[in-house]
Amino acid sequence: MLEVEGLRRPGLLDSGPFTLASGSCLALRGASGAGKSLLLRALVDLDPNEGRVSLGGRERRSMPAAAWRRLLAYLPAESGWWASDVASHMHDRAAAQALLPAVKLPPEALDWQVPRLSTGERQRLALVRALIQKPEILLLDEPTAALDPEAEAAVEILFTGFLAAGKSLILVTHNAAQAERLASTRLTIAKGRLLQEASA
Amino acid sequence: MNPPIPLTWLDLLLASSFLLIAAILGLIMQLGVTRSFLVAAVRMTVQLLLIGQILTWLFLNTSLWLTLAAGTLMLLAAGYEVQARQERRLARGWSYVLGTGTLTVCCSIVLFISLTTQIGVEPWYDPRYAIPLFGMLLGNAMTGVSLGLNGLVARLDADTRAIEAQLLLGADRWQALRPTLRHAMRSGFMPIVNSMAATGLISLPGMMSGQILAGNDPNEAVRYQILVMFIIGGSTALSVVASVMLTAWRVTDTRDRLRLDRLSAAKK
Repeated sequence: MLEVEGLRRPGLLDSGPFTLASGSCLALRGASGAGKSLLLRALVDLDPNEGRVSLGGRERRSMPAAAWRRLLAYLPAESGWWASDVASHMHDRAAAQALLPAVKLPPEALDWQVPRLSTGERQRLALVRALIQKPEILLLDEPTAALDPEAEAAVEILFTGFLAAGKSLILVTHNAAQAERLASTRLTIAKGRLLQEASA
Repeated sequence: MNPPIPLTWLDLLLASSFLLIAAILGLIMQLGVTRSFLVAAVRMTVQLLLIGQILTWLFLNTSLWLTLAAGTLMLLAAGYEVQARQERRLARGWSYVLGTGTLTVCCSIVLFISLTTQIGVEPWYDPRYAIPLFGMLLGNAMTGVSLGLNGLVARLDADTRAIEAQLLLGADRWQALRPTLRHAMRSGFMPIVNSMAATGLISLPGMMSGQILAGNDPNEAVRYQILVMFIIGGSTALSVVASVMLTAWRVTDTRDRLRLDRLSAAKK
């Protein structure tokens, strides 16, 4: 259970309280500039922000930021890469290899060069990279935006399995059908504030 | 040993003729660099004439306090130059404090040890040795530090996404900054590495040339030059490492976040 007592950044973000139960998915939408990315960044403590956040009763400030971010994995809309080949980004090659079929990538994908990856390949490899860290919660910013329908369906199956294993998702998406399929709670963010969606 | 051949004002005027020809060409071709070229030449002349007067006076009045005062002024000027050369600097004077601080600690310690042990001049603060040596240490360290810090900030800007990707996967700030720091160190070390590699083969350093021109034995001049290159190399390397690490510490925080908000906006 993720408990947020409100995340605040002066003038930018004032989320108000919300919770996320284990095994459930929260879908978040909002116009660009409404604060979706700011909220996700604040949750993983990547920007200075105020507010108590705890996971399973453990407050985030009670542990090093690095440990917190291994529990909450945030995938930005555009992933960052620091080495030239894909495999250098995977701390557990075997685990990464095992996940490739689930995101419709061939076994040799780990040997690909990062500059040659398409946007969709980057997105899926960044997902693999985050999943092998075994996070409790995935924070996803438009995770299937660059994928074809077949890959999108595969990634959604992966998400469903993740939820079934008792883990949780926060999903930023403009795809209403996807939110419908995965999410039990749907929230809108406007001017840095979370609002309950009128009808689910 | 022959005394140096004295130079007259007319000699200096003649020596400047090629510089003036270049400036006139620049004006005709509208290169847009002539003004700063001439200003720099005039600045150099005035500064050197002034320092000649000051050094003469300092040498006649050997005093610990006067040498320390001169050294402090040189440090403040070097610290100012370091932060003035930054594209983006740390907000609220941090660049000045870190730059001046590292130069003070690294260059002063290296100089003091060198003066008291290897050169063994009595008293150690004799301005005839302390001031020119300190100037050489500071000049080189200042260049190294400015390049290192510029390299660091440029990479931080370009690599923001890659650094944050590592932080998001649970790396701490030092792990995530490692490639960026390596790049910054390379930039800062480049001039001193190049200058040590080229010394004696391509370039005869100014100090050694000056000593030889002033009539000293080349072997004596060479030994001095090696000592000077060692202490320049040492103080520059220490200053680059310390200033880059301190700045990296300042643009991150204890929650392992990248804090580019602590940098000023880019200069236009």
